[in-house]
Amino acid sequence: MMPTEILRLPLAPAGEATERPIAIAIVAMGGQGGGVLTGWIVALAEAAGWVAQSTSVPGVAQRTGATIYYVEMMPMRGGRKPVLAQMPTPGDVDVVLASEFMEAGRSILRGIVTPGRTTLIASDHRALSIGEKSAPGDGIADSGVVHEAIGATARARIVFDMNALAVANGSVISSALFGALAGSGVLPFAREAYHAVIAADGKGVAASIRTFDAAFARAAGEEAPSPALAVASPEPAPVDAHCGPLASRLIERLPPGVHAMARAGLAKVVDFQDPAYGREYCGLLEQFHTVDLAAGGAERDHAFTREAAKYLVQAMAYDDIVRVADLKTRSGRHARIAAEANAAPGTLLHTTEYMHPRLEEVAGILPAPLADWLMRRPRLYRAINRRISKGRRVRTYSIGWFLTLYAVAGLRRLRRGSLRHRQEVAHRDAWLALATRLVAIDYALGVEALRCRRLVKGYSDTHARGLSKFDRVIATIETLAGRDDAADWARRLRETAVRDGEDKDLDGLIRTIASFMGAAVAA
Amino acid sequence: MAERSFAREVEHLRLGAGEEFRGEAILAITKGLLQAGVAYVGGYQGSPISHLMDVLADAQDILGELGVNFQSSANESTAAAMLSASVMYPLRGAVAWKSTVGTNVASDALANLASGGVTGGAMVIIGEDYGEGSSIMQERTHAFAMKSQMWLLDPRPDHACIVDLIEKGFQLSEASNTPVMLEVRVRTCHMHGTFVCKDNVAPAFTLEDALAHPQRDLDRIVLPPAAYAHEHEKIAQRLPAAIAFVRDNRLNEWFGPEDDSDGAPPVGIVLQGGMYNNVIRALQYLGLSDAYGNTRVPLYVLNVTYPLIDSEIVAFANGKKAILMVEEGQPDYLEQAVNTIANRQGLTTRVRGKDVLPMAGDYSVHAILAGIDAFLATEAPRLLGNRPPLPDARPALDLPVVARLRETVPARPPGLCTGCPERPIFAAMKLVDQERGAHHVSADIGCHLFSILPPFNIGNTTMGFGLGGASAAAFGRKTTGKRSIAVMGDGGFWHNGLTSGIGNAVFNKHDGVFLIVDNFYSSATGGQDILSSRASNASRKTNNPIAKAVAGIGATWIREVDRTYDVGRMKAVLTEALTTPEEGPKVIIASSECMLNKQRRVKPQVAKAIKSGTRVVKERFGVDEDICTGDHACIRLSGCPSLSVKQLDDPLRDDPVVTIDNTCVGCGNCGEVSEAAVLCPSFYRADVIHNPTWWDRARARVAMGLITYLQARRDRARPLAGAA
Repeated sequence: MMPTEILRLPLAPAGEATERPIAIAIVAMGGQGGGVLTGWIVALAEAAGWVAQSTSVPGVAQRTGATIYYVEMMPMRGGRKPVLAQMPTPGDVDVVLASEFMEAGRSILRGIVTPGRTTLIASDHRALSIGEKSAPGDGIADSGVVHEAIGATARARIVFDMNALAVANGSVISSALFGALAGSGVLPFAREAYHAVIAADGKGVAASIRTFDAAFARAAGEEAPSPALAVASPEPAPVDAHCGPLASRLIERLPPGVHAMARAGLAKVVDFQDPAYGREYCGLLEQFHTVDLAAGGAERDHAFTREAAKYLVQAMAYDDIVRVADLKTRSGRHARIAAEANAAPGTLLHTTEYMHPRLEEVAGILPAPLADWLMRRPRLYRAINRRISKGRRVRTYSIGWFLTLYAVAGLRRLRRGSLRHRQEVAHRDAWLALATRLVAIDYALGVEALRCRRLVKGYSDTHARGLSKFDRVIATIETLAGRDDAADWARRLRETAVRDGEDKDLDGLIRTIASFMGAAVAA
Repeated sequence: MAERSFAREVEHLRLGAGEEFRGEAILAITKGLLQAGVAYVGGYQGSPISHLMDVLADAQDILGELGVNFQSSANESTAAAMLSASVMYPLRGAVAWKSTVGTNVASDALANLASGGVTGGAMVIIGEDYGEGSSIMQERTHAFAMKSQMWLLDPRPDHACIVDLIEKGFQLSEASNTPVMLEVRVRTCHMHGTFVCKDNVAPAFTLEDALAHPQRDLDRIVLPPAAYAHEHEKIAQRLPAAIAFVRDNRLNEWFGPEDDSDGAPPVGIVLQGGMYNNVIRALQYLGLSDAYGNTRVPLYVLNVTYPLIDSEIVAFANGKKAILMVEEGQPDYLEQAVNTIANRQGLTTRVRGKDVLPMAGDYSVHAILAGIDAFLATEAPRLLGNRPPLPDARPALDLPVVARLRETVPARPPGLCTGCPERPIFAAMKLVDQERGAHHVSADIGCHLFSILPPFNIGNTTMGFGLGGASAAAFGRKTTGKRSIAVMGDGGFWHNGLTSGIGNAVFNKHDGVFLIVDNFYSSATGGQDILSSRASNASRKTNNPIAKAVAGIGATWIREVDRTYDVGRMKAVLTEALTTPEEGPKVIIASSECMLNKQRRVKPQVAKAIKSGTRVVKERFGVDEDICTGDHACIRLSGCPSLSVKQLDDPLRDDPVVTIDNTCVGCGNCGEVSEAAVLCPSFYRADVIHNPTWWDRARARVAMGLITYLQARRDRARPLAGAA
């Protein structure tokens, strides 16, 4: 759009554009105290006799949404006030303060972090967004990408967990950001001037100053970050006479790459039931190892055995009322909760569990023949269910409720003869048989089939939904066997199922696969 | 009780002549009104003018001393009608609201006011919510000013200029017998700055004077034939009077070189006052101004954007090759008007504007910079010289790592606060939907509108404040299928929803469900008291139940849920409303106090009680991480900010488990939801009893003694397999 002859005009620039105010953008989430920090920065500049202007748009961002505050500051000249802009201009911001790490990332996307100009001061802690939290699996965004982008776009950076630092010093993140700003040395004001601003605010001054100083030291490099604690090799957990031989057996018979996972798995399975159940785990795992070797697993780092060691645990240590009652009544829990709730000495702690057992769960623990008998009597079943199925507020540490839970946890001995166990074993065996069959045809696909176990989780309805998701994915995977890209599709199926809470994406993907696989899946 | 206390800000209102005010522009405006001698002030809260209302509500003492009557108006229409006090009497009055939504509501009263004209100065403070971060549809107030013939002031973003224009605006209003609007954009309202104060002025003519000596002039009332005369009067008398006042008092401003001898280039820029700061910055980037506003390009700044002063436009444009009209928003009313003026006067000056500047959206520095650059490149390229390098983020944005970042950074939509009493209502609606299928939900304006966002995704339309009920009107016929659900908040209910929603539904025998969310305040706008607020308020009559109003207007099926956190009951009531054979609207009033306001109220009380040795139970929630399976179904039904997820240090587990952080206020929603939805038993409530009684202690000692014994017994029997 520029006529080219203009560029060749032999003219000097009409004026200097260099004498500009210092521009500071604060990117935050609503309710994080961005307004307080903005006020402090303005007060700091005004105390030095400068003119400072701040603006913000609270709007709908007021409640937890992403929001931005903007400050410009400059000295007066000849009695004239500078004219200050009302919003940051991409490419022309001196300091960006980010009170959360993905918001730091968002500020880069807004173009206000540029290599020639911007000092980025960011806390690298995460406040997860609703989309990250509501995924039915791991939906957390990768902070590494933000680190990389900061490295490429910021002129200078000060990045550490300012939230943790603030909490450790009994204050909030605005004090830490203010300290980091001072420590960065970008602004021409003395440290005492910052202190004076905090002191004038009059609220929680001592803690704010403490936090400010700690952040200042980190930012100014006065204090090297405390060296990571030397990772002491953890004390090997105690092993008793029943389980010791099992652990040794795993180490003897499985490749070293699988040891850690298999030991952890064995511990969990035994903890869930008993040493005999651990023996069953070891037996299954060895069986898988044989299959793995036959399928050429030695060249593939024994991935099949390792994934089996992991996901077999999830299948064997399923969630039933016995396990819930056991975990709720264990020693150490009361003290742990008291610590989490910051219960001071001299206070008492009670807990109330929100439970909603249904006859389905109760019947699950009954001996299988009795449960079968009950299932054949739907009217009786419904009548009993009406008495059982309701929300219950369980006062865990009252004598009556504790004894009830303790007794339920003691039903562990009945577990292996129960209806639920019979169902779980049948389901598990079908899955393992499929994985065994697939790994012989397509190693990667067999591994994927094991990994799908991740989809089974939750209790009651959630568990039923997880199970149906698992069944649909597994059924689709089965039809894929023989294709070159089968494992790739299987991985996509699993990842989609983990991300999608409403199953719409998963259903779409299954339809896509069905369309190119013909009618086999549709049936 | 507003969301914040404005005690500090109220002190600003007492500043006297020569003292310096420091603070937000919206508070400077409040101070400006008192300096101008207003007799009455009203308005309806909403961003960006809430603070004006809040400060005045907290400033009853000062207002009392000055004899100023301040009202929190029922809605913007009420506020506009309040200005009728200035029709017959020399009373200065001001009202404020969020625009354009508030102006839409007020426009009937405004049109009548503008037709008859005013004797005393009448001013509307317009919080123009336009541009990035706005919460409403993007329109301009300018159209209302033009159609009703009200004068529109658009001051330069500078506290002194704004405050000065308030006083001048009242004078303009009186000189031309016309109400005026003072438009301040969002960023300007929340802008921190300074100005030197004048003393507050008590009104010379008071409301008592008016009541003692009522005046009546049939010519000022909108009835034929006076109404026809008003239109002619607007054109023949009031407009010329306004133009003369604006011109003679130099309300508009000129900056930069004035004529050729000054080295003025053959171009100039005409701009809305509100655009001034960003235009100066853009010129600075082009090397055409310094930071103090010494511009090399002549500027004509319209602090009054309606009416335009033809003679000033002609004088500015005359002799220039081209001028650029910088006008934010659409349509391009000002550019068209300037063109018409230039054309009628036979000027050869080219008028540029939206051909180089964007037609829609924020006039950021960046947008203005590009426009001025393009304008000068064709009209006065020599001005640009060798073109100093402009700020440019594109090289950084084009980096591959930034492209990857774009895919990584998650959206962060606003949501309900921790412990919000509206969360369980929408969780219950979602559970009802899971059982009965989705319903058509007409939503309303307010915090509850966040239901349309994740994780709830409930709500099909929103038509305006208080219109949730009205916008379900078409679905009112009794059918055998599903019923519609209309949501409105208590704020919207009192604003107009009682008549437009409930009254309308009763009269027309609407078969649908009407859910009124009552959180004791007008919460989304900052926690102002309204008719049904439960707090006692010395200067207002509160505690007027919504249920009584609804019954009074004729509704018969009314259910009150007075603890919204009871998700099971909420769900049962909704289900009943959707299935009952009873005719007419099914009205549910779901009430619990706004948690933000409750915490502010209760926290200090609790701290004091604990300190004084009183028995206090503090509640918060937790999750047993061994029992949580990482499915996050609870989050999909809640979205509470204190409910998050964390990765465990366990090689056997892939997915992060749910965790509850220290901001939990113990509202109980997560436990109730997990119970009602039969989710999972991992939630627990931890009750910490401060200052326990001897009975508490004795019981705990006995119970924990037995429990510890049993736990030790089982620990001994537990097989140990160790972990790797």
